[in-house]
Amino acid sequence: MREYAIRTHNLSREYDGEVILKEINLQLERGRIHAIIGPSGVGKSVLLRLLNLLERPTSGEIYFDGKALKENNYLKLQRRMTLVFQKPALFNTSVYENVAYGLKVRRENRGSIAEKVEKALGIVGLKGYKHKRARDLSGGEKQRVAIARAMVLEPEILFLDEPTSDLDPRNVAIIEELIKYINREFKTTIVIATHNMFQARRLAHQASVLFEGRIIESGNAQEIFTNPQDKRILRFIEGKIIF
Amino acid sequence: MDYILSGLKEAFRLLLSFDKETYTIIFLSLRISGTAVLLASCLGIPLGALVGLHRFPGRGVITTILNTCFSLPTVVVGLFLYLFLSHRGPLGMLGLLYTPTAMITAQTILATPIIAALSLVAVKGVDPAITKSAISLGATRIQTTLTILKEARVAILAALIAGFGRVITEIGAAMIVGGNIKGTTRVMSTAIALETGKGSFELALALGIILLATAFLINAGLYYLQRIRE
Ligand SMILES: Nc1ncnc2c1ncn2[C@@H]1O[C@H](COP(=O)(O)OP(=O)(O)OP(=O)(O)O)[C@@H](O)[C@H]1O
Ligand SMILES: [Mg+2]
Repeated sequence: MREYAIRTHNLSREYDGEVILKEINLQLERGRIHAIIGPSGVGKSVLLRLLNLLERPTSGEIYFDGKALKENNYLKLQRRMTLVFQKPALFNTSVYENVAYGLKVRRENRGSIAEKVEKALGIVGLKGYKHKRARDLSGGEKQRVAIARAMVLEPEILFLDEPTSDLDPRNVAIIEELIKYINREFKTTIVIATHNMFQARRLAHQASVLFEGRIIESGNAQEIFTNPQDKRILRFIEGKIIF
Repeated sequence: MDYILSGLKEAFRLLLSFDKETYTIIFLSLRISGTAVLLASCLGIPLGALVGLHRFPGRGVITTILNTCFSLPTVVVGLFLYLFLSHRGPLGMLGLLYTPTAMITAQTILATPIIAALSLVAVKGVDPAITKSAISLGATRIQTTLTILKEARVAILAALIAGFGRVITEIGAAMIVGGNIKGTTRVMSTAIALETGKGSFELALALGIILLATAFLINAGLYYLQRIRE
């Protein structure tokens, strides 16, 4: 049987008794781009943090490669995946140090770090930026540094939380190309949270729609978009629900 | 007014003539307070990070105690330490009373809670997204803590400056456990007190000016360091 990169079983998350996510069952195939779609405040970021093991669910399980989590393998698992946050939280240092960070904490040798950082900066179109201070960059450049910093680790799974939400159309296009490139070149499983159905359609092979704490539809991205089963999605496509 | 002018003149004379006693006092002050701040940062920064970054029962109490230590009178610290170090005290056999070591100990006790409390605020001020990013990029717990400290470096430097300011100027503890012995435990603050007591206001004032100038130079240096590290 083919195993999923990630599978969740009845994953729920509450904050102070308020239920945000209810019994989420996800099956994410390896090597594909998955979109998590839903309106603002529905819990997309929370879901990504749960999957990246940055938070614990209130109940439910997550399986990686079909295996349940064990308390003692968090770090190992965490090092197979990484999350690019909605607001790129760059370290207050140079671009180089930011991109090198994940490699340094893994104690890779300097030569290979320099080489990989150089390559990653080239891919995101920031060659020659390595000595700049991260906080002096534009929003689009920061987002690309955040992606480079994740990509350089060659993660098996890459989580992207609204990677283009605050960007102009040119940067949106650059980053969408980048996402497709990473998926194609490195066979990285990508999970992207977005409130933009159109972006999901441009990028994703598969999509799950979150609404009021639950997944109301899951499957092939094109199909969900052209022929949704749930009428709320149809109403969204017609512009009656603002996602 | 005359006092102030002649005090200034005397300060310059002492400094420019490389007066041996004056320089001994200055360097002793710097050595004792510098060592104390160094030790206090080794204790205070980790303590501040620990309390600032973890939730545990008693966290509020510890924070309040640390903040209370800002108002800890230096003479009280001196007195307690004196009782421990005097020859009838539990640590009397160490023979530490009236030594620079005793003064360093007193000043470390004074500076540690200040550095801890301000480091606590510093690490709490770091964006939680930075912490999550570090973890998501594969950092271990210790690596994450170090990253947070690095992000808070400007505020932590400010904590060190505050700690240093507290101990270089304090007089109560230095007097009680140091004893103001010429050449070994006489520092700027105790020398000023002594000279004032003797009525040598000019010398006292000169030392006061030198103390301020020294603090100014150190802070200017740290400010510069802060600027380039920012
Ligand atoms: N740490 C937290 N503590 C309490 N409530 C939280 C926490 N994190 C998220 N929430 C709540 O969970 C809900 C979902 O938040 P989340 O950030 O996941 O939304 P989102 O789908 O990512 O929205 P957006 O598209 O605006 O980014 C919100 O109501 C939010 O207030
Ligand atoms: Mg979000």
